[in-house]
Amino acid sequence: MKEIVIISGKGGTGKSSICAALAYVAKEEVVVADCDVDAADLHLILNPKNSEVQDFYSGVIAEIDPKKCIACGLCQQICRFDAIEPFKKAYRVIDMECEGCGYCYYICPEDAITLVEQNVGKFLVSDTRYGCTLVHAHLKIGADNSGKLVAKVKSEAKARANAEHKAYILADGSPGIGCPVIASLSGADYVILVTESSKSGLSDLKRVQELVSKFQIPSACIVNKADINPGVTSDIHKYLTKNKIHHMGDIPYAEDFHKAIAMGRCLIEENKERWLPIFTDYWQDIKEKI
Amino acid sequence: MRVAIASGKGGTGKTFLAVNLALKAAETQTTLLMDLDVEEPNGGIFIQGDDAEIHKVTRAIPSWDPGACNLCGKCISWCKFNALIKLGEMILVMPPLCHSCYACSELCPMQALPMEQQSLGEIRHLKLGKLDFTESKLDVGLEQSSPLIERTLELADELFADKELQILDSPPGTACAMVSAVKTVDYVILISEPTPFGIFDLNLAVETVRQLGLPFSVVINRDGIGNNDIYDYLEKEGIPLLAKIPNQRKIAEMYSRGEIIYQQVPEVDEALEQILSKLRSLS
Repeated sequence: MKEIVIISGKGGTGKSSICAALAYVAKEEVVVADCDVDAADLHLILNPKNSEVQDFYSGVIAEIDPKKCIACGLCQQICRFDAIEPFKKAYRVIDMECEGCGYCYYICPEDAITLVEQNVGKFLVSDTRYGCTLVHAHLKIGADNSGKLVAKVKSEAKARANAEHKAYILADGSPGIGCPVIASLSGADYVILVTESSKSGLSDLKRVQELVSKFQIPSACIVNKADINPGVTSDIHKYLTKNKIHHMGDIPYAEDFHKAIAMGRCLIEENKERWLPIFTDYWQDIKEKI
Repeated sequence: MRVAIASGKGGTGKTFLAVNLALKAAETQTTLLMDLDVEEPNGGIFIQGDDAEIHKVTRAIPSWDPGACNLCGKCISWCKFNALIKLGEMILVMPPLCHSCYACSELCPMQALPMEQQSLGEIRHLKLGKLDFTESKLDVGLEQSSPLIERTLELADELFADKELQILDSPPGTACAMVSAVKTVDYVILISEPTPFGIFDLNLAVETVRQLGLPFSVVINRDGIGNNDIYDYLEKEGIPLLAKIPNQRKIAEMYSRGEIIYQQVPEVDEALEQILSKLRSLS
């Protein structure tokens, strides 16, 4: 089984739209994983049904028992995250600031501190109208550990793909280059970079590719909104050639992207004549290159 | 006054709004713009100058001293982030996973894990007239953006506390990075677009800002694409609509070239004027 991850560096380049259209053509060959757990949008197109929902626990935060606390203040002294403050002749933990490192728990002379597992979100396994299974998740607001939730989504997708004898996992990643992106790249076989024709798009592409190359995963690129700035598009093409990134194709600026999303459809459902041949070719291309 | 420009969804126009708003504000008042999208900062594409000052930012990471270590392995059981592993007769430190909590280093009975400074990223500072601009960039391969965001905000407190307006370009999403940027401000402007993706992600951002107890309003970018559901959403939730920016291909083209837009598109200038007058009424 091969894992294909779609990322972009910059947000709003059309990643999820492209992922949904690929899911449409790949249909029964794939399990789809929405790894953008922070702002998961794929379900708005794939319209999942019959979801199995599970809570996801990851990491801990400290809790101080005021009855046991002797107010020695040691925990506050050693906490590097300023997450402990005096409160009513004892100390308490500021939940939002606590990193869950456990240092206070280890050092407290009165064993007044416990570490409580955190429910950081939930993950779901659903059916979609394309016939492929969708694994997706929702991270709680302000939650840390999104990398671990991404890893969970991926491992669940893998288990489903194995059980359903699917050859591919198609994963929609999140913007940026930090923990959720790193988690979505780990173990991936092929990366599709979706960029847009703008200076910001190119700058973000370079940083995300620098990350991808650290993982030594082969990558391909789709340039969206390619006619917005022909000069930048040509710079992107040069960058791809120079860095041996397979250029899958250019997509011109198309209102269909917004129209399709507004109707809860993928591009192909919006305009089959135009988009089906393009994404059929992309999917073929991906399978040949992997 | 410190204002954050934030959004749940990426690519809704945070940097576009932050940059144009800051430049317009700096025509009349001292303004600080901080690009805190440390994973993919783009403010520097639009605001350029030659004499940037670079602040290198480091953080402390344990380094293993094989001479002192007795391989008891306690550090590995203490580390909640799996940043230490034992490989044969060696302890390996995985810097991207380390949260710099100091637990292993200070609890180690042999003092075999002294903390050492390692690069986290850099903050570029540029001054252009009344505008001070900082861009913070995380080293590629590091996982956590919050420490660099916090360091930038500390620097702002040190150097720029006197600026009349401080605008902060937040990272996308609603996870820890966004919260660490937004929690320090007086007011939040959420920017979204009129599509189902826009509404869904805006709603997450709204819940986050409400949880933080911060006053906020919404700017709708690319008005005219998608549909009107987002305006119904705002009305139903009682959220003030601060301004609308029309969807125009020429705006996308100017943005793609790294240009400043408000001087070229009157509708954008008007929207910024509305936003600035709201901010003035608050301060």
